[in-house]
Amino acid sequence: MPLDKLDNLDNEDFTPLIVAFCCNWCSYAGADLAGTSRLSYPAEVKIIKVPCSCRIDPLFVLRAFQRGADGAILCGCHPGDCHYSTGNYYARRRITLFFSMLDYLGIEKQRTHLEWVSAAEGAKFAETMRAFTKQIHALGKNKKIAGGLRKELHANFSAYTGFGGQGGQGGQGAEPTEGRG
Amino acid sequence: MIQDLMIERAKQLLLSGEITCAAGWKRGDFITDSQPAIFESLQELENLVYDKYCAANLSKYLVGLNLKEGKILVFLKPCDSYSFNQLVKENLIKRESVYIIGIGCEGNIRLEEMQGTELLERCLVCTKTEHVVYDELVGEQLNAREARSRFEGVLELEQMSSGNRYGFWHEQLSRCIRCNACRNVCPSCNCRKCVFDNNKYDTGQKASVSTFEDQMFHIIRAYHVAGRCTDCGECSRVCPQLIELHLLNRKFIKDINTLYGPYQAGEDISAQGPLTDFNAKTDPEPGIIHQGGQADV
Repeated sequence: MPLDKLDNLDNEDFTPLIVAFCCNWCSYAGADLAGTSRLSYPAEVKIIKVPCSCRIDPLFVLRAFQRGADGAILCGCHPGDCHYSTGNYYARRRITLFFSMLDYLGIEKQRTHLEWVSAAEGAKFAETMRAFTKQIHALGKNKKIAGGLRKELHANFSAYTGFGGQGGQGGQGAEPTEGRG
Repeated sequence: MIQDLMIERAKQLLLSGEITCAAGWKRGDFITDSQPAIFESLQELENLVYDKYCAANLSKYLVGLNLKEGKILVFLKPCDSYSFNQLVKENLIKRESVYIIGIGCEGNIRLEEMQGTELLERCLVCTKTEHVVYDELVGEQLNAREARSRFEGVLELEQMSSGNRYGFWHEQLSRCIRCNACRNVCPSCNCRKCVFDNNKYDTGQKASVSTFEDQMFHIIRAYHVAGRCTDCGECSRVCPQLIELHLLNRKFIKDINTLYGPYQAGEDISAQGPLTDFNAKTDPEPGIIHQGGQADV
């Protein structure tokens, strides 16, 4: 893709990408119920099924952000209802510390959220996703913790090579825009 | 002098056959360069040094050590003994194969300026003046120093606006050259196969094309030792870019202390680690992080 196209990506209408990590036993079934109940929730939400909320490694969330997600929502069984008895209790401590660390690094904490959704709460699932998507729309594009795939990479590339500074064409045969080469 | 006492005692133990080797420090190329070393004979033991430049935590060198017979002698400063204890708790060191001599510590010197007399940050906030594990103590033990609170830096950051915090960390972490020294020196960081050495991920060992990878590396590095970090301060000491890594570790320690009750890793072998434990009734929901505080800018 030519580099100026990459530039324009940022100017196009903002459609957030939201990753929802749902536990297999409650929240994923809750999402299923939302579907069979014909309750709509935003198509920006992409669901990743995990065996248990306890399976969610903070690295997963960071990877989602790196690959262009604008928000990450984690869902699991209500405390006390875990299919594996105690998984979500461990998850609760881990996720709390992780959210706190993101906040500490100055990354918008509203981009992350945790909600306990049971298999019977299809309506709650849809409502949670609608509310979270709205929140992400308000926040805008994820810049602070996005991977260097778009602008930053472009900027670095320009700085190091002199290519592609002002929407110039990348690729072969392009002249350096300035005297650096 | 404590160094002579240490050498003398090590020689006695070696002669009696109680130990087969000793872990200590020897002088490197410069006087400020005291480095970890293993001593296997009486002759080698003559080279043992102990001074204010002996900052290296020897606990990590005992990880996975599998002696065929006898014991290894190790010299531990009070703060190192916490790391040692934590490793024993994690079954990474066999307590019975190590003979510990506890030694006093006056604090270690920062090496940023070669002629420095300034103490390491970790020593300025040190409250660990007593060994939590030892077989014997040698030389003079020192009384508690007057120390600043170790959470001052964390508090200061917490009170900044979100934007300023981001700026602070961006400036700090973008200096990272991913030399992995912080990971390699850390007594708690001891997975046989590190997630950052996985070349299927693009998180592998390499200089980063973006600051994101630095952020990710440091968040995950600190996260992986959360609840096990004894705050020994080795990560900050070895960082060639002088990144204040202890601020990340201490944030986790502070959060754990406030949310789940005071916990000092390495203090008590039988205590349950905070992240391998839970309290169904009193643990707060992650939502408390989202409430309160300033809005993000």
